[in-house]
Amino acid sequence: MSEKEIKNLEQIFEARIERDEKIEPKDWMPEKYRQTHIRQISQHAHSEIVGMLPEGNWITRAPSLRRKAALLAKVQDEAGHGLYLYSACETLGVSRDELYEQLHSGKAKYSSIFNYPTITWADIGAIGWLVDGAAIINQVPLCNTSFGPYARAMVRVCKEESFHQRQGFEIMLTLCRGTEEQKAMAQDALNRWWWPSLMMLGPTDAASVHTEQSLKWKLKRKTNDELRQQFIDQTVPQADILGITVPDPDLKWNEETGHYDFGEIDWDEFWQVVKGHGPCNKERMKARVDAWENGAWVRDAAMAYAEKQQSKKVAKAS
Amino acid sequence: MEKTALFNYILGIADNNLILGQGLGELCGHGPNLETDIALTNIALDLFGQTRSYYQYAAKLSAIHKTEDDVAYLRKEREYKNVLLVEQPNTHFGYVIARQYLFDVFNYLFVEKLQHSKDETLSAIAKKAIKEVSYHKRFSGDWVKRLGDGTEESNQKMQEAIDGLWQYTNELFEMTEADEIALKAGIGVNLSELKEAYYKEVSEVLKEATLTIPENPYFQKGGKQGIHTEHMGYILADLQYMQRTYPNMTW
Ligand SMILES: [Fe+2]
Ligand SMILES: [Fe+2]
Ligand SMILES: [Fe+2]
Repeated sequence: MSEKEIKNLEQIFEARIERDEKIEPKDWMPEKYRQTHIRQISQHAHSEIVGMLPEGNWITRAPSLRRKAALLAKVQDEAGHGLYLYSACETLGVSRDELYEQLHSGKAKYSSIFNYPTITWADIGAIGWLVDGAAIINQVPLCNTSFGPYARAMVRVCKEESFHQRQGFEIMLTLCRGTEEQKAMAQDALNRWWWPSLMMLGPTDAASVHTEQSLKWKLKRKTNDELRQQFIDQTVPQADILGITVPDPDLKWNEETGHYDFGEIDWDEFWQVVKGHGPCNKERMKARVDAWENGAWVRDAAMAYAEKQQSKKVAKAS
Repeated sequence: MEKTALFNYILGIADNNLILGQGLGELCGHGPNLETDIALTNIALDLFGQTRSYYQYAAKLSAIHKTEDDVAYLRKEREYKNVLLVEQPNTHFGYVIARQYLFDVFNYLFVEKLQHSKDETLSAIAKKAIKEVSYHKRFSGDWVKRLGDGTEESNQKMQEAIDGLWQYTNELFEMTEADEIALKAGIGVNLSELKEAYYKEVSEVLKEATLTIPENPYFQKGGKQGIHTEHMGYILADLQYMQRTYPNMTW
């Protein structure tokens, strides 16, 4: 293809996105579009499955049978999200094994929030309320993103995430209406999860590398700072309902802007965790790698068995 | 049937589901791939769902345990009536599958019969559970075949698991006092009658899976009397942690 032809295709492509048409896997797309989508969708998929670990940590210790079943179902939903997202990513011509390889080698990133430990039951409430809450803010705009398989996966994922968010809030509410000790547990969880949740919405616009291109491709419809503000405006009143305090002395309603003002985020901490030095990065990665490596003989067996069955069928038919 | 006996009879059923579900719950997020992770979690969810139905009924019969959670969380180890098989650890995926399959075949035969219990609640729980249990058996049986007749390594691992867990199968058919009373009342299932069909079915599947049927004539028992293996204390330590540390609270 000549340079002119490619230019032409690119123009048609950008025009389609402009008209809000969906790009499907078989359509022509610029290589950069493909790579950017592989990166973002796989990062999202990895976040779903690494995210299973901190919450999975409480399945055996959930305080009631109802909570245990709900938590299991929630963590299972996250596995399902991982599955749709890996499938969406595979339509771009990359295999799930390659994607895992990128995760395990540290080449691919995942949401750094999952590198924080879940040390009390209230953390399960806080994660549902705050982390799934922030995820929804990030993801609702993606239901209209330009790449068809991603947009469709997001519609389904968002429905479940908002259920998780309500469930998490309900865990918090139960704690806050419980004993002093339970309320203190809820407050402590908010103290630990608040700032990492704000960081989840990504670096400030000034420090964000991908924003402009991503806006054009509808991979992003609002900037990180806008999303963060939206999250804060939405969540602070919920903390008020719970009767617990957001751990930010600078947090204040601003009559003029119609938004909450908030304090300085510790971006050094953010980058430390992103670079692999958060409290649980090593444990999370080890858990994923162990599951994958310990499962190798199982996957091999399934493959070998399927092949044997197949050749038996062929032998019968001939 | 007298309340205490019925209560004990229900625990004899439901504790198996609870403890097996607990073992599967531990695996969630650590499976060999996403599909099996999701499938095993489904089984755990079914087991907990059944556990809750049984315990809700049990709680109505008990003067001490007022809710399903009291029944699930507030007993001492000696008061749990599950068989030893279900408390065996997730040593590796082969053990998970072997434990599941060796239980599922029994559970299917059992639940099938329990549907005809004269006790309406138990019969209703069984009628709801039978579809789930039949799916569990198919899932675990398929994996026994895959692992047995997969690679040399998987065959070895599956054989190791079957050999390791075989000694716990016989206890499934042991009749306790509560079983005898329930049977006489037309409420319970005659477990000894299930035994032949059980070993026949398991043997056929093991054979198809190119696995050897263990010939060890020595079996372990005790779970039904509340005498458990050393694993049980740790299972309960996790299970009961919150309820024991923060007593009398609502979650
Ligand atoms: Fe997500
Ligand atoms: Fe998710
Ligand atoms: Fe979620």
